[in-house]
Amino acid sequence: MNEKIRQAIRDHGRMPVDVGTLADDADLYQAGMSSHASVNVMLALEDAFDLEFPDRMLQRSVFESVASIAAALTELEAQVAG
Amino acid sequence: MTATTERDVVLLEAVREIARDVAAPNADDVDRSARFPLEAIDALRERSALSALVPQDLGGGGIAFETIAACCLELGRACGATGMVFAMHQIQVATIVRHLGPDPWFERYLAELSEHQRLVASVTSEVGTGGDMGRSIAAVTPGSDGIVSFEKQAPTVSYGEHADDLLSTLRRAPDAEGGDQVVALTSKEQTTLEPTGTWDVLGMRGTCSPGFIVRATFPSEQVLSTPFARVSAESMVPASHILWSHVWLGISEDAFERARSFVRASSKRAPGQPLPAANRLSHVLGRLGLLRAEVSSGLAEFCAASEDPARERLSTLAGALRFNNLKIAASEQAVEVCRGALDVCGIVGFKNDTPFSVGRHLRDSMSGPLMIANERIRETNAGLMLIAKEV
Repeated sequence: MNEKIRQAIRDHGRMPVDVGTLADDADLYQAGMSSHASVNVMLALEDAFDLEFPDRMLQRSVFESVASIAAALTELEAQVAG
Repeated sequence: MTATTERDVVLLEAVREIARDVAAPNADDVDRSARFPLEAIDALRERSALSALVPQDLGGGGIAFETIAACCLELGRACGATGMVFAMHQIQVATIVRHLGPDPWFERYLAELSEHQRLVASVTSEVGTGGDMGRSIAAVTPGSDGIVSFEKQAPTVSYGEHADDLLSTLRRAPDAEGGDQVVALTSKEQTTLEPTGTWDVLGMRGTCSPGFIVRATFPSEQVLSTPFARVSAESMVPASHILWSHVWLGISEDAFERARSFVRASSKRAPGQPLPAANRLSHVLGRLGLLRAEVSSGLAEFCAASEDPARERLSTLAGALRFNNLKIAASEQAVEVCRGALDVCGIVGFKNDTPFSVGRHLRDSMSGPLMIANERIRETNAGLMLIAKEV
């Protein structure tokens, strides 16, 4: 999952550094992802994982690291499976 | 919703008096001379209105945000510039109060603000960022012994020369990315302002907002520990859009009232005659109704969302869209109302020295769509709408 998340960030996050060099809990915004680019990352993740983030998850704290994105996706996938 | 207390009622009544007795009689001179509305701001100081939002245990008024919004409307009715200066000050205070956290320096500061009625201005825009408040170039630069400094090129600093303190957005450190921002509060004594321009403008002339190179040296404890991204989403942006909108609504209400007085006077001169101006006034009332509705629902949603300790709704993209939309709708509708009032009054509204003059109102309202350009906000919304679900 984390590699798929990194790919979406790599393709759409327009980061000044390679996301592969960042730890799972590194702050993506501090590493240079703009709020504008983060919207494109969200769209790419919805596409890649075939799900939709509800509004309550569409906030900075959910998309601030690979780990926080993974936690949100895991929660959504559990809901779908349930 | 916060209950209205006796203190809220007393403050609102005091502000109404100041609007009527001090701000309104000076509004034309403030506008014509592009001078700071000092007498109105001093009168507000005397009633401790500058610390109204500070909690009572820190020496402030403990006044509800809704009451401050109502004060902005009352002042806006009397003098757009006075309303805007008051609104901007309250936005900075609300921002600090809502993000106090573990910052003892900021608590002491609020107590001092309350005691001395210090006026706070903000330095958020910056040359070279293309109007994007979410990015900074100037950075908190460490010196020795916990002393830090910055130098920021600001294209406009509203009432910069008249403020006692400045709240500035900055990168967290010299090696931080542009979006990794914090806010720092510096006093006049710690700051120098080098003017880079003049303030001879179409409207809101009394806000006295030329550009400056701002330089400050200060202890690092004057940097708020909550990151600006959070401060901005939960407080500064929605509070700005709400309080600005109340000022624009106040300007529009007064323009409408002048147009209504004109129509009443005309109908008395020719009783029973058809009155095209009255029909035009009815159009303006329709627009004013839309403006009132948007402004009051925006305020109610912000206050409801602020009751939640996590302020969850304010930090979502859907929340950002909501308050961005308030700003666009209110700023554009206010211009339409003032323009409509001019259509009703005709030449006597166009003249600057009649009881029905609405030129100042129209010019002041035209600043709204430019304060954080609506086109830039639309660009942001365009992205947000792709992903937000309930908009």
